[in-house]
Amino acid sequence: MSASPPKIALSGVKKRFGRKVVLDGIDLEVAPRESVVIIGGSGTGKSVTLKCVLGLLKPDAGSIKVDGEEVVGLGDRARERINTKFGMLFQSAALFDSLTVWENVAFGLIQGHKMARRKAREKAIEKLAQVGLGADVADLSPSELSGGMQKRVGLARAIADDPEIIFFDEPTTGLDPIMADVINDLIVKCVKEVGATALSITHDIASARKIGDRIAMLYHGKLIWVGPAATVLDSGNPYVDQFVHGRADGPIQMELRG
Amino acid sequence: MPDPTSSPTLTVDSAAPNPAPNPAPNEASNETLGRFNFLAVIGRIILAFFQQVGRLSMFTASAVSHCVRPPFFPRQLLGQMVEIGYYSLPVVGLTTIFSGMVLALQSYTGFARFSAEGAVATVVVISITRELGPVLAGLMVAGRVGAAMAAEVGTMRVTEQIDALTTLSTNPMKYLVVPRLVAACLMLPCLVLVGDVIGVYGGYLIGVNKLDFNAASYIQNTWDYLETLDVVSGLVKAAVFGFLIALMGCYMGYNSRGGAQGVGVSVRNAVVSASILILISNYMITELFFAQ
Ligand SMILES: Nc1ncnc2c1ncn2[C@@H]1O[C@H](COP(=O)(O)OP(=O)(O)O)[C@@H](O)[C@H]1O
Ligand SMILES: [Mg+2]
Repeated sequence: MSASPPKIALSGVKKRFGRKVVLDGIDLEVAPRESVVIIGGSGTGKSVTLKCVLGLLKPDAGSIKVDGEEVVGLGDRARERINTKFGMLFQSAALFDSLTVWENVAFGLIQGHKMARRKAREKAIEKLAQVGLGADVADLSPSELSGGMQKRVGLARAIADDPEIIFFDEPTTGLDPIMADVINDLIVKCVKEVGATALSITHDIASARKIGDRIAMLYHGKLIWVGPAATVLDSGNPYVDQFVHGRADGPIQMELRG
Repeated sequence: MPDPTSSPTLTVDSAAPNPAPNPAPNEASNETLGRFNFLAVIGRIILAFFQQVGRLSMFTASAVSHCVRPPFFPRQLLGQMVEIGYYSLPVVGLTTIFSGMVLALQSYTGFARFSAEGAVATVVVISITRELGPVLAGLMVAGRVGAAMAAEVGTMRVTEQIDALTTLSTNPMKYLVVPRLVAACLMLPCLVLVGDVIGVYGGYLIGVNKLDFNAASYIQNTWDYLETLDVVSGLVKAAVFGFLIALMGCYMGYNSRGGAQGVGVSVRNAVVSASILILISNYMITELFFAQ
């Protein structure tokens, strides 16, 4: 891999719910300032992987290191400290519906960094502008926004306090193609210019190729292929080939029932 | 404060999100199946029961310990105090004024048979302060506030907002649960105090206007036989009820699973379990204060 120690290192991470094995030994290293994208079908455990890193789910086995520090089984306080390094865009945006749009974006600044509300509001409006939203939405409630706008507010919230590591869970799903590309550019900008490390999830191959340095494919609880983003279209791996070209027949059989 | 985790056992089990499945009626081998079912069902019920008690106890311990450890969220606390205290006033006021009125009417009918009508004022004030004020206010607030808490926290759980709080380095226990618990413990006694006054006033209205008591002597009778302990015990009850309402609302909401339906189940469980816990703890506190 690279000379510098990895920013995030997963090894042998396993997670199952009841009898259902979701992650069956994940090994992945993300170098500083690198952007890695995990691709895979729906329900393969991509979100679960991120939630394990964030400490929202506890893996059954394996180790997860952030900046060389083991984070599995941390206490509340230590977890809060680690989480200040993170920014997370949830698949469902997960905006706080009891707060206004700007309060959502400024949440980490006000609660975590104890920034004054007036200053935090200015910063929030600045971040909203970065994701293509005007100051006029700042005082709206999240429920008054369209799905795509909510996603952008979620993105603004994830990058508001300039985190070192950003997680994007399906950042472009549900957006129109142009807005999807705007978001892709924005993610690239965050990672390349600000110097953040990114771990993203998507099943949009165009997006994966644009935002990722490396791509990993999750299938049946394992990362079956990891390689440079440029080579994903001709990886030579039949599973990856089937997925990136979106073919119904191939080694991956959809589990259809009924 | 009585241990809030020891009493809920019965209720929590019946309110468990995943009750043990009923045994299928066995048609096959009566001997083996029958015995297996019987033992398995008992075992499952006992296990589910202790699991629920354990989870609730841990939740309670964690919530209480977060109450005394910074950071605090005064803005959230204030919001909850307004929500619980101020906006519950009409409900509590209406409940207690009519209770006071009906109490005066009924006790008058009863005491008239012993020519002891003079006791009406005393009976009204003691019943309201000791029992009816806190219990009725508690039950009404359980329906109003407990349900709202379970719905709000539950929705935040199933829409990943609680996860989002964690990733923003904000402890959801401190941000969501502690303000609700503290606000309910503080505001319920205030509500009950106001309710006591309104309830006694309800009795006074009926006593003076309908039963032809002399206003001054009615007030005199109210004051003379009222002891501090009557009011204090009612307020202690109110604080405990507030704690139980917020605890069950938050606990059920926090452990919601699976979308709108799951939130609905949480709301129902929160109201039912809080109401039953209120009645049980009401008995226990009464016993503590007044049993000789
Ligand atoms: N909290 C949970 N409890 C039980 N099962 C879960 C939970 N979270 C996820 N799963 C299961 O894990 C699998 C992977 O989910 P997820 O990571 O969300 O998929 P995706 O790859 O589409 O993001 C799904 O089959 C889902 O049912
Ligand atoms: Mg997902």
